[in-house]
Amino acid sequence: MTTIASPFSYSRERRGWLARVWTRNGAGYMFLLPWFIGFFGLTAGPALVSLYLSFTSFDLLTSPRWVGMENYLRIATADPRFTAAMRVTFFYVLLSVPLKLAFALAVAMALNRGIRGLPWYRAIFYLPSLLGASVAIAVLWRQLFAGNGLINAFLANFGIVGPSWISNPQYSIYTLVVLSVWQFGSPMIIFLAGLRQIPQDMYEAASLDGASKWRQFWKITLPLLTPVVFFNAVVQTIEAFKAFTPAFIISGGTGGPINSTLFYTLYLYQEAFGFFRMGYASALAWILLIIIALFTAFSFLTARFWVHYDD
Amino acid sequence: MTDPAVAAMDDDRSRDDTGLAKRKAWVSFILHTLLIAASIVMLYPLLWMLSASFRPEDEIFSSTSLIPSSISIDAYIRGWSGLSVDFGTFFWNSLIISVLSVVGNLMACSLAAFAFAKLEFRGRNFWFAIMLGTLMLPYHVTLFPQYVLFLNLGWVGTNLPLIVPKFLAVDAFFIFLMVQFFRGIPRELHEAALMDGCSPWRIYWKVMLPLSLPVLATAAIFTFIWTWDDFFGPLIYLNDIRDYTVQLGLRSFVDSTGESDWSGLFAMSILSLVPVFFFFLFFQRLLIEGIATTGIKR
Repeated sequence: MTTIASPFSYSRERRGWLARVWTRNGAGYMFLLPWFIGFFGLTAGPALVSLYLSFTSFDLLTSPRWVGMENYLRIATADPRFTAAMRVTFFYVLLSVPLKLAFALAVAMALNRGIRGLPWYRAIFYLPSLLGASVAIAVLWRQLFAGNGLINAFLANFGIVGPSWISNPQYSIYTLVVLSVWQFGSPMIIFLAGLRQIPQDMYEAASLDGASKWRQFWKITLPLLTPVVFFNAVVQTIEAFKAFTPAFIISGGTGGPINSTLFYTLYLYQEAFGFFRMGYASALAWILLIIIALFTAFSFLTARFWVHYDD
Repeated sequence: MTDPAVAAMDDDRSRDDTGLAKRKAWVSFILHTLLIAASIVMLYPLLWMLSASFRPEDEIFSSTSLIPSSISIDAYIRGWSGLSVDFGTFFWNSLIISVLSVVGNLMACSLAAFAFAKLEFRGRNFWFAIMLGTLMLPYHVTLFPQYVLFLNLGWVGTNLPLIVPKFLAVDAFFIFLMVQFFRGIPRELHEAALMDGCSPWRIYWKVMLPLSLPVLATAAIFTFIWTWDDFFGPLIYLNDIRDYTVQLGLRSFVDSTGESDWSGLFAMSILSLVPVFFFFLFFQRLLIEGIATTGIKR
């Protein structure tokens, strides 16, 4: 019998092939379907569109007009508020993140000594992290550091007349730094988990050799903890770059006084939804992305010089 | 019988031990003192706000103490209807958005996570890497086109832009969280179910989800808290005060009463923290474990 390759049998074979591909891969893609729609429709697509918009002038009402590099050029050369926003944001990131991590590590180490009441302390220190992102806490902060606020009421007990911290451009940013450091709870919990991983016998061996606690910290704890330090530093830095709510509430949405709390995201918000310069704001967004990407790449590249990995 | 030298050594050691114990007790005492002091400093502002919300208005700024001279709930009554729309509406709106976000995140993220963790298909590693990549993406680069999209759909001014993305697994972090958990569930269970002729859907629904309650609870609680606290999303998408969430309501309160009704503002602020505090009280272990194992940022 000779087999004749009829179109019919071909199509059946083809269907068999398709069915095989389907049974092997179909389920996976079906389960991913919502994510795919979200990824293409709400993440990848919009990201590309905003890259395009960053080269246009766009006010939501009329269609985008191509302006080439104009937005980026203006940002780089002729935008004093961009410069102010960068200065404020970098100041905030570089001050708040190290302080927050230092507090987190110090408290985590104090708690890691098999102390009694650990769950209580941990809970108390974690609570501000959980509540801190809400408007209520920003409102509270506004009062704490107001001219007639709680901090100054305290200082008055010692005969000190404090300034109005919030409305003084010299101090306003520090109130936001304090707010950020106050929320050291979640990196602290991550540090605690990291400290648990360090084998106790290393300390026993070190103290038998007569190493002081101080030396043990620098030679054992910190090196073995560097992966966790690295993780916390990257996450907290990215979060700090994206901070928005506290500055918005404390300055009433202005970033004032005199741009002293003009976080980058706040500036971006003002450009987009205050002045409806969507093209310009898109350029700002892409610059933020580039800054975060550069920072992350830099962290990972330098990691091998200071982050300790078990082989 | 006893060798005097050995006895002396024993004596010496025991004296050393009590010395050590004494030192340890001292260290522990100092440590507790410091930690308690730090706890008080950390909690003071919160407790002070709580007490201020029960205080007569004129007493707020004159006193740093935590105990009010007299307790009144006037501020709560005044604050509740301090705006043209009362806070009950804001709480209701926040609740709707938060609950639907939880439902959306749990469904969409667990579906995606199941595919990434347990199913085999071509391109899985590629898409997984892409998914991880979206974790790093600041939402600002997708914000404006999303806004234009929702504007064209006629959704701006409704809560749909705040809810629908959750049903499309846009919060990649939770996919990651669930993938980590699903991978820890023994392969044998999955394979045995396959042998019995279970479809992937049934395995997901009947095997995987029931075994994943801890991670589902963690994801649900964090989604709820983050959505409840979200300020930026509602700020740009909600226009009508009747649609406002609690966070937007508080902000309007700040703007409208300025600095004139602090106790009313504090009372509403305290109320806005109650749901989050509730989760803190009852699901603290879950939250802390979630952070410790995956490094959640808050």
